[in-house]
Amino acid sequence: MTSFPRPALDLRNLRTEFRIGDHWYPAVRNVSVSLMPNETLAVVGESGSGKSVTALSILRLLPHAGARIQGGEVLFEGQDLVTLSERDMSTIRGNSIAMIFQEPMTSLNPTMTVGDQIAEAILIHRGGSRMEAKAEALRLLAEVKIPSAKSRLDEYPHQFSGGMRQRVMIAMALACHPRVLLADEPTTALDVTIQAQVLTQLEELKQAYGMSMLFITHNLGVVAQIADRVAVMYAGEIVELATVDALFAKPMHPYTAALLRAMPRADRANESLEPIPGSVPGLSAVPTGCAYAPRCPFKDRSCTELHPELVSSGDPGHLVRCPVRPVGGVH
Amino acid sequence: MTTSLGSGDFVVRNLSKTFVRHGGSGARCVRAVDDVSFRIPKGASLGLVGESGCGKSTVARAILRLIEPDSGSILFDGIDVRAAKGAALRALRRRMQIVFQDPYSSLNPRRTIRQTLEEPLRVHLRLSSKNIREKAEAAMVEVGLPREALGRYPHEFSGGQRQRIGIARALVLDPELVVADEAVSALDVSVQAQILRLLEGLRERRGLSFLFVSHDLGVVRHFCDRVCVMYLGRIIEEGPTADVLDRPLHPYTRLLRDSYPVPDPRARRPLIPIVGEVPSAANPPPGCGFHPRCARAEGLCSVEKPQLETSGNDRFQACYFPETSDVAWGPCASERDELKRRRNSLASLTSS
Repeated sequence: MTSFPRPALDLRNLRTEFRIGDHWYPAVRNVSVSLMPNETLAVVGESGSGKSVTALSILRLLPHAGARIQGGEVLFEGQDLVTLSERDMSTIRGNSIAMIFQEPMTSLNPTMTVGDQIAEAILIHRGGSRMEAKAEALRLLAEVKIPSAKSRLDEYPHQFSGGMRQRVMIAMALACHPRVLLADEPTTALDVTIQAQVLTQLEELKQAYGMSMLFITHNLGVVAQIADRVAVMYAGEIVELATVDALFAKPMHPYTAALLRAMPRADRANESLEPIPGSVPGLSAVPTGCAYAPRCPFKDRSCTELHPELVSSGDPGHLVRCPVRPVGGVH
Repeated sequence: MTTSLGSGDFVVRNLSKTFVRHGGSGARCVRAVDDVSFRIPKGASLGLVGESGCGKSTVARAILRLIEPDSGSILFDGIDVRAAKGAALRALRRRMQIVFQDPYSSLNPRRTIRQTLEEPLRVHLRLSSKNIREKAEAAMVEVGLPREALGRYPHEFSGGQRQRIGIARALVLDPELVVADEAVSALDVSVQAQILRLLEGLRERRGLSFLFVSHDLGVVRHFCDRVCVMYLGRIIEEGPTADVLDRPLHPYTRLLRDSYPVPDPRARRPLIPIVGEVPSAANPPPGCGFHPRCARAEGLCSVEKPQLETSGNDRFQACYFPETSDVAWGPCASERDELKRRRNSLASLTSS
């Protein structure tokens, strides 16, 4: 194992809980996954699967009341972010780990010019003069290909289109040369042609800056286009972890296979669209045993009693949380 | 674009709608829909695709006169929808219903599902209370929800269930045409497939016609026989859905299709360079609206608006220099190899 490079970010048994009434319920249940240097790891799942809460837990952006990290470690450059003081955490947040969100309009300050917002991040984390920060902001706007960047530096977010706002967000995230970029559905609110541009740009910048990217999405098409590896989440757990090629060619977990069959495709005729019966369990109603069992056509008695572990599927690097899956993948 | 009128057909000709905004610096006009024509034969499903601001939702609302169009004609089963008034308009409205995108904001939170479903029946039909109750219950069962749920409020349902309620509300009046405006866009994949199944079943059982407005090419390919592609208020391509997606003629259709992320890592697309933003409908470029972003554009494109014309095989497109060949899905071989090499090197790093 010593020959492997150290992960850029290492989640170990991360457990995040929310309070409903007097009870705490886990939204992220013992998630363990490593983000390798220069890697794009996609986290895919439906609403309520815990994918966004995982990212917010990494940066400790959860509300203080009603949410808590109940266990586990988030290892980054030799430190455990879970136990770090808030003061130390704020030197990492937005600096060596940056995040971009789904809604660029609600994450930009409408009362500040775009240039000032980007410069602010640089001044806080890197220091230097305002002039230098503004010059760097201009360079970043040009780098994310905002046309006539110089004049747009002094404009406000409402003067930008949705795609350009997301590019401003990306410029701001890049301002401090982060080692890790957490991207939470960054293209979901964008039109497809703009989505393709932003995905292309993220890929180029990831390479240019030598970043690792945790890319959260519900869209399997986007996963196939950009990911190196994929973690599929269901009800707060990773149920399958594999390289993107293996996941699409040979899905091992019945949920992954069902998701792929439920997605209508634009590139070929799809007569056999198969819905998944039922719906994702609520936070307070996750079944004991396998969380997916109530919707699973392959379940047997053990599934409702024993909680399955995430184990090797037999193929190297391909982990799956299902003991009864058919041999050779689910098709 | 045949002009024959089958019974039950829905025919739109030369529909236009301009919104005028009065602001500080004088009135600003946005031509949201510009000379749009299409026909939905009885029982057929027509897709309307395009990006935000292309006018597809305005078309959906204008044909139901939820927004009054400026010009053009709308004929449903031979009846002039635009000229209809009073009782005749109400009778038409019963036959044409709409399902909205957001199942959260399109249901009244202070009314039980029963109240929501029964109101249109009271407005449109003279039925006894017993008949009204039975019809509401039948609609509920038809969309796969339990009868008992009629007494509950919208907040007690999930997004998918609410969309079923939205569909039930459209169905209680036994319409012949359903306009679905991004009806499955807000739903998770597994639930989206359930709702698509439901709509398909209804289409088969009831012989419903659909105008299916969506930005999702996968959903449209699955649900629609024909598709119209809109850009800046105009239809720029029309034809059988599979044919249009597999062999796009208009360069914009091709861009839209090539931007669609295919759920197959072996079909990764070559990276798309950034070529401009979608122009605003308030300030459209002269000539073809797509020419500033188009690699095939020549002098004529920025001068004269191309009209939607037939190019044989039931296909129509509005482009002077349509795509001719090499429009297949997927990247070319050399790009595929390069991607594979890069990913293999990463896979060997991460597997243990």
